[in-house]
Amino acid sequence: MKHLVSIEDLSKDEIIKILNKSEEFEDVALGKRKSRILESKILANLFFEPSTRTRISFETAMKKLGGEVINVSAQEASSMAKGETLADTVRVISNYCDAIVIRHPLEGAARFAAENSNVPVINAGDGAGQHPTQTLLDLYTIKKEIGRIDGTKIALVGDLKYSRTIHSLIKALTLFNTKIYLVSPPILDLPVEFIDELDGDIEKVELESVIGEVDVVYVTRIQKERFLDEEEYKKVAGSYRITIETVKRMKDDAIILHPLPRVYEIAIEVDYTKQARYFKQTFYGVPVRMSILTEVML
Amino acid sequence: MKELVISKIRDGTVIDHINAGKAILVLKILGIDENTKETVSMVLNVPSKKMGKKDIVKVEGLFISEEKLNKIALIAPNATINLIREYEIKKKFKVKPPEIVKGILKCPNRLCISNAKEPVETIFYISVKNGQVVAKCHYCGRNISDLTKFIV
Ligand SMILES: [Zn+2]
Repeated sequence: MKHLVSIEDLSKDEIIKILNKSEEFEDVALGKRKSRILESKILANLFFEPSTRTRISFETAMKKLGGEVINVSAQEASSMAKGETLADTVRVISNYCDAIVIRHPLEGAARFAAENSNVPVINAGDGAGQHPTQTLLDLYTIKKEIGRIDGTKIALVGDLKYSRTIHSLIKALTLFNTKIYLVSPPILDLPVEFIDELDGDIEKVELESVIGEVDVVYVTRIQKERFLDEEEYKKVAGSYRITIETVKRMKDDAIILHPLPRVYEIAIEVDYTKQARYFKQTFYGVPVRMSILTEVML
Repeated sequence: MKELVISKIRDGTVIDHINAGKAILVLKILGIDENTKETVSMVLNVPSKKMGKKDIVKVEGLFISEEKLNKIALIAPNATINLIREYEIKKKFKVKPPEIVKGILKCPNRLCISNAKEPVETIFYISVKNGQVVAKCHYCGRNISDLTKFIV
């Protein structure tokens, strides 16, 4: 049985296969073509913590392919969690559906769920752990908006220490021939142990020194809770903010991505520049999740 | 320095060259406790040419499996095993860390599913980096380098 728990479970070829298939589903996502490929299949969204956008994205993908969705809300899931173990919940739910999408606050929960499930499990984020569908849609966005992944230069900006999105993305990017620039305040640097495990072209830089040459600026949120005082936070967040001035120094065909929700790290005016592709990125989540759903269920 | 000669046992397992102070953890890994019927002796802080100080464990009348013994490598990578039969060494080997360890280790990450109230056994992937044994959690991916702290 195929599960999607971690991006590291996929080879480069498997990633490329999912991305190619996503392209075929774009028409369906846009409503230009109808598909009933997942007719009579049921997807269970098992969310132990709320993540409305991820849930809706899966639901849309499933329904546009003719499938049905059961939503177990965070509230229902957590009241279930009080009475029984995750193992039992998954054993029960997996008898009612053809695949499970799980979101859970604990790291490794998706792997453990997969081990206890009769049906494929897709990880939609487990604590600070993995979020592979986000990584696949990030890769897909780069492929579509730049035209390729191999050979691209990418600046990762913001919280590189705690962001699971970043950790998964870096691992995937190193499979492709990319140049990765790390841009973060020292207290939010990518952990050294993490860098040691990587095999890729990675360099810590100031955004200023690479902004004119990168193809992708991937921005993540710097959370206030990471700082002792408000003033320190404001100072740091301000200096890593993407503004119109930043965009002016970017290449004409370069793009800005963000896993969203965006708070302060990208100025609103930037939304209207052609480099801003973070809303397009959320659209791509639908064909990519269609591709993943068919990959695990068919 | 004069090395201590291990007083001979007739049949059983002698574990030598255990890092000083780790003999008690070795017994724990082997599952030897107050319910064990065999005669078990433990010598701590024995002077050693190679190691400065070392510990030795002897278990009489019991041939512990190689698989079990190799788990000792997690905390005592230099340990050597002597399997004794009729006062003679029948087999001698150095422990090798296993590739996968189930149970024994506890994940240091308190937000790891393996630390939740679930029917779950810990699984760690073992590797040796710069002569040091490192364990990676199957569930959360966290690495442990000081393994002695996380033996349960
Ligand atoms: Zn763990």
